[in-house]
Amino acid sequence: MPRARWLAGLAALLAAALLGVFVGAVPLAPGAVWDAVRGAGDATTLTIVRELRLPRVPLGAFVGAGTALSGGALQGALRNALAEPYLLGVSGGAAVGAVLTFAAGVSDPVLVPLGAFVGAGTASALVLAIARAGGGRADPRLLLMAGVVVGAFANAAVMVVLADATPDQVRNALWWMMGSVADAGWRQVGALACYAALAGGALLRWGRDLDALALGEEPAAALGVDVDRAGPRVFVAASMLAAASVAAAGLVGFVGLVAPRLARALGVRAHRQLLGAAALFGATLVIGADVAARVVRAPSELPLGAVTALVGVPFFLWRLARAR
Amino acid sequence: MTALALLFDGVSVVYPRAERAALDDVTVEAPAGRVTAVVGPNGSGKSSLVRALLGRVPLARGRVLVDGKDARAMLPRERAQLVAELPQREEPAFPLPVRDYVALGRLPHGARWGGPTAGDRAAVERARADAGVEEFADRMTDALSGGEWQRVRLARALAQEAGALVLDEPTTFLDVAHEMALFELADRAAREGRAVLLVSHTLNLVARFAAHVVLLHRGRVAASGPPDAVMDGATLERVYEWPLVVTRDPAVGAPALVPLRGRRRAP
Repeated sequence: MPRARWLAGLAALLAAALLGVFVGAVPLAPGAVWDAVRGAGDATTLTIVRELRLPRVPLGAFVGAGTALSGGALQGALRNALAEPYLLGVSGGAAVGAVLTFAAGVSDPVLVPLGAFVGAGTASALVLAIARAGGGRADPRLLLMAGVVVGAFANAAVMVVLADATPDQVRNALWWMMGSVADAGWRQVGALACYAALAGGALLRWGRDLDALALGEEPAAALGVDVDRAGPRVFVAASMLAAASVAAAGLVGFVGLVAPRLARALGVRAHRQLLGAAALFGATLVIGADVAARVVRAPSELPLGAVTALVGVPFFLWRLARAR
Repeated sequence: MTALALLFDGVSVVYPRAERAALDDVTVEAPAGRVTAVVGPNGSGKSSLVRALLGRVPLARGRVLVDGKDARAMLPRERAQLVAELPQREEPAFPLPVRDYVALGRLPHGARWGGPTAGDRAAVERARADAGVEEFADRMTDALSGGEWQRVRLARALAQEAGALVLDEPTTFLDVAHEMALFELADRAAREGRAVLLVSHTLNLVARFAAHVVLLHRGRVAASGPPDAVMDGATLERVYEWPLVVTRDPAVGAPALVPLRGRRRAP
């Protein structure tokens, strides 16, 4: 990708981030927002800007970047443009974890994400175990099949749990599943930033392996990639990164599919650049979608996961038509 | 690139749940500067031999030596610096421009971080020129004809600048001209000092290009030696289970197999 496009991408991210701080359900004058960012102004404005709006932007950025990076890495490792963390059991497992937490009568802002994270991790481990039992190694086709099967099982489990829950619990669970960064706090931002740095850094480090894995198992082995280890460790890092994102913001779908696809559409091929570009686009998409979710029907918010899909699906169809 | 030899030393491969061994005590030596060919009918174990080198199959017995060292004990990356291998089938999940695809041959040499060095660029350029793919360096891999694609793949293997070159059925689906061009390239690689191991179906061409031929039959070595010795009518008829004669090519005098019309012979 030429430098001009990288700069355009960064500019778009910056613009989305500024919108995220200056635009919201409560109309505030730009000057007042700017004062509040610097710590001056009345108490209400300070609270709105510094505690409600500011943390949403980095949280949305990390959720978008993490999911997109995860999707881009999985597509390369599994040699499939449809692969993404949600298809591979992460979302299903997270939903089961979160819904079980709600059903236990807990709606604590620390325990629900923890439940979701444990659920997502368990589902990913299960997917890997099933694929290994089926083929001895981590065969991409087996991983995809195992992901779909675990996802279906998780959906059924969610329905069973919800069927017996109180209306309040059902409402909480549904809202969680629709995705949101409204409850963003700096602690969450910090935790997710750590995950993004660790898992994202590892995936970027393995970018060259992904270039070879995308050619197929034997060509990758011929090029000196330790295929039996490289595939599974990409899967684990990508799943953990997606699980941390889901734990922070619920189910924000389509980003993992659309952001890497946009990067490919712009001619980015080498996986290290591809993952970087996908992270940039994913962050921009989620921050932008969050702004839209806040203002379209203010003062009530649209579900973030629905907005990303509403933006993502037309893009996907447009690419599909172009590919013909 | 340093001269080195490949040696499959009494290699046996048994796949899980298989009735018989895919390879049974097979010894093949591919020294530097020579084209060594492995031939045999479908299912005779040719590709298993290549996979044994890659470490992709369980080795029941024997050793695979690269430059005198056990290939299985090497790091995959270390092995890929010494042996460039072209697997039989390959389909990139995402199309790449030819120049980027050929550059993947430098993967075993590159550092984890950091871009290509001047040496990498020179090797890639040389490989593209040697394989004759310069003219479509900017095309995408999914827009190439069968012959172009095989040449581009060979360019990637040449870019590895390894001392040994292993080609598994490199001329499948190629017409006469492309097939000949590929064999000539393999021959040139050997004359430059590489150890070239050629796995192939095309016996008559192999007889003209290879200095040493190993004929596999049901996982065992049925014959091994110079083409004149291996291209024996009775042996080939037994191995291929089809009536045939071996004659001399009238133009170049090489042994040539001519299959006769008829029906499959019981083994």
